[in-house]
Amino acid sequence: MTMPLVEMKDVTVRFDGARTVHAVNGVNLTLMPGETLSILGESGSGKSVTLKTLLRLLPENRTAIGGEVRVAGADVLSLDGRALANHRGGVVSMIFQDPMLALDPVYTIGDQIAEAVVRHEGVSRQAGLARALDMLTRVRIPSPERRMKAYPHEMSGGMRQRAMIALALACRPKLLLADEPTTALDATVQIQILLLLRELQREFGMAMIFVTHDIGVAVEVSDRIAVMYAGEFVETGTVRQIIREPRHPYTKGLLAANLHGAVKGERLDAIPGAPPALETKPTACSFAPRCPVRQEGCETARPPVASFDPGRMVRCIHAVEPALA
Amino acid sequence: MNPAPASLPETAPKPPLLSVNGLRKHFPLKGGLFGQTTGVVRAVDGVSFDVAEGETLGIVGESGCGKSTTARLLVDLITPDDGQILLESRRLGVDLDVRELRRHVQMVFQDSYASLNPRLTMEDAIAFGPRVNGMAAAKATALAHELLAKVGLEPRRFAGRYPHELSGGQRQRVNIARALAFSPKVVILDEAVSALDKSVEAQVLNLLADLKKELGLTYIFISHDLNVVRYISDRVMVMYLGEVAEIGPVETLYANPTHPYTRALLAAMPSMDPDRRTEEAPLTGDPPNPINPPSGCRFHPRCRNAESVCSAGSPGLFKLPSDRHLVACHAAIPGSGHSLAEMPA
Repeated sequence: MTMPLVEMKDVTVRFDGARTVHAVNGVNLTLMPGETLSILGESGSGKSVTLKTLLRLLPENRTAIGGEVRVAGADVLSLDGRALANHRGGVVSMIFQDPMLALDPVYTIGDQIAEAVVRHEGVSRQAGLARALDMLTRVRIPSPERRMKAYPHEMSGGMRQRAMIALALACRPKLLLADEPTTALDATVQIQILLLLRELQREFGMAMIFVTHDIGVAVEVSDRIAVMYAGEFVETGTVRQIIREPRHPYTKGLLAANLHGAVKGERLDAIPGAPPALETKPTACSFAPRCPVRQEGCETARPPVASFDPGRMVRCIHAVEPALA
Repeated sequence: MNPAPASLPETAPKPPLLSVNGLRKHFPLKGGLFGQTTGVVRAVDGVSFDVAEGETLGIVGESGCGKSTTARLLVDLITPDDGQILLESRRLGVDLDVRELRRHVQMVFQDSYASLNPRLTMEDAIAFGPRVNGMAAAKATALAHELLAKVGLEPRRFAGRYPHELSGGQRQRVNIARALAFSPKVVILDEAVSALDKSVEAQVLNLLADLKKELGLTYIFISHDLNVVRYISDRVMVMYLGEVAEIGPVETLYANPTHPYTRALLAAMPSMDPDRRTEEAPLTGDPPNPINPPSGCRFHPRCRNAESVCSAGSPGLFKLPSDRHLVACHAAIPGSGHSLAEMPA
């Protein structure tokens, strides 16, 4: 049996400062090599924080991380020094929404990619530059020889996104973390980047965790979806299960709000209210105040977790009942 | 004595509420040592359309297509280089002045925080416009409270708050309330729901529908989200590099897109069916920028059906036989010389 590539057990993240925020409240996650999971959620749901935990990118002095995080056999929370540096970029790599902030403005694209390869694989600069050219070709940047010498500001938005993907994949990571990489792009460019990621993933056999607020994007790239609300997964399942048989009221609300197939002139089933502030650790169902099918007990006790087959989970009292009936 | 609406009088039995003719705005690009003009951004280049009373016109297109510039031109936040703007057949600059135009045509922007003065409470922000226009302070405040209630914010709780004390969705409700303070006829919503989370976006869309029904409003709804535009619009206008590519009733346009760019935009929407994921990107490359746009049809360098006629001349908007559906594509214009076009009858 193959070992899971990523295992997160009861991961919690709390930010301490002027204000305490319980950003992640008990996330469990298992990802097999080559698999793609989308984390779907709204702003403040903790999806980006979950990703950054896997790379230990959160500010150490203000963050309290609990639980267990293992990637490719390594205990991520205890890594430091050289081992952490090798982990970042070598085993796990990340792409962001804004490539202008991820790329260094004063080095050419070719030099940046070559530097990463030299650092991680200990090869010559010549070999690093050759890998950079190969990567730019693979992400389909037109005339890659010329683009090797280009600075980030000389490229268009879609092109910069491709360059960042080339940089992230240059050292053949086992896991790619993608934090809303297509949100800022135009529709016709977004679909190009999604198809490119899907193809590169197949080619390199890497696993991917894709964070997005757009269900359509999640459907295009992933095998499984985890719906996140107030720092926890409220529902997980395959893409088909989430799209066709959503069980959690929040998932249902999100699907309705996507407006795909909404009938013109009819009122939308909008979820009322706004997400909680997370200043305290949730002691009840976090979604209860907004829930259309809330019942007695939802606002006083933690909701039961209904697990079906592995990978299918719903954190809602209503999901348990039909199974008993 | 009113001038007749110049475009397509046969499409509307009564004159359109708002009519735009040949709107044009070019921005010079300064560069070099002495700040010479080195190029021209053709942001909006000959745009014409009508909006009927009570309808919602959606405007879609990618960044740089001129949809926001069009919106700003409509309320004279930018002065057009050329073209006419008519409100109820009265022409801006002739028998309609800017103050009156802006009373009737209001706007809501994408960035709900930047749109509000951080030092004004919500009631002051909403009452500001009416007071400047001569309304007594007490009356303006009462109006502000009434409008807050109308957009679903309880005045007692929200009137005294500052912008930073509100969530994005609440701030956008305040911006809508403020736009309504003059009882406008037209409200332009420029990506007004794009920055909101999906669940909050649905609440605001419901609010917009309620207000429209209650107050008989007309909307111009600018968005890049084709699902939202389909839901809210009666007619949709597709823009590409400063020009109108296609305009028509929402059902016709989504069911039967005629311009290759409209087709590509619709095909680029992520699939919602895991068994039928997108396999091929409908267009390659990035949208070109509107500095020195291509000759002829501006879409021809990215178009699969491009022929010599496409680079030779601009197609112009052509009225299709189906109701109120216009398209600017040589392949759809009989006798244009394009091999896919029908022969003229």
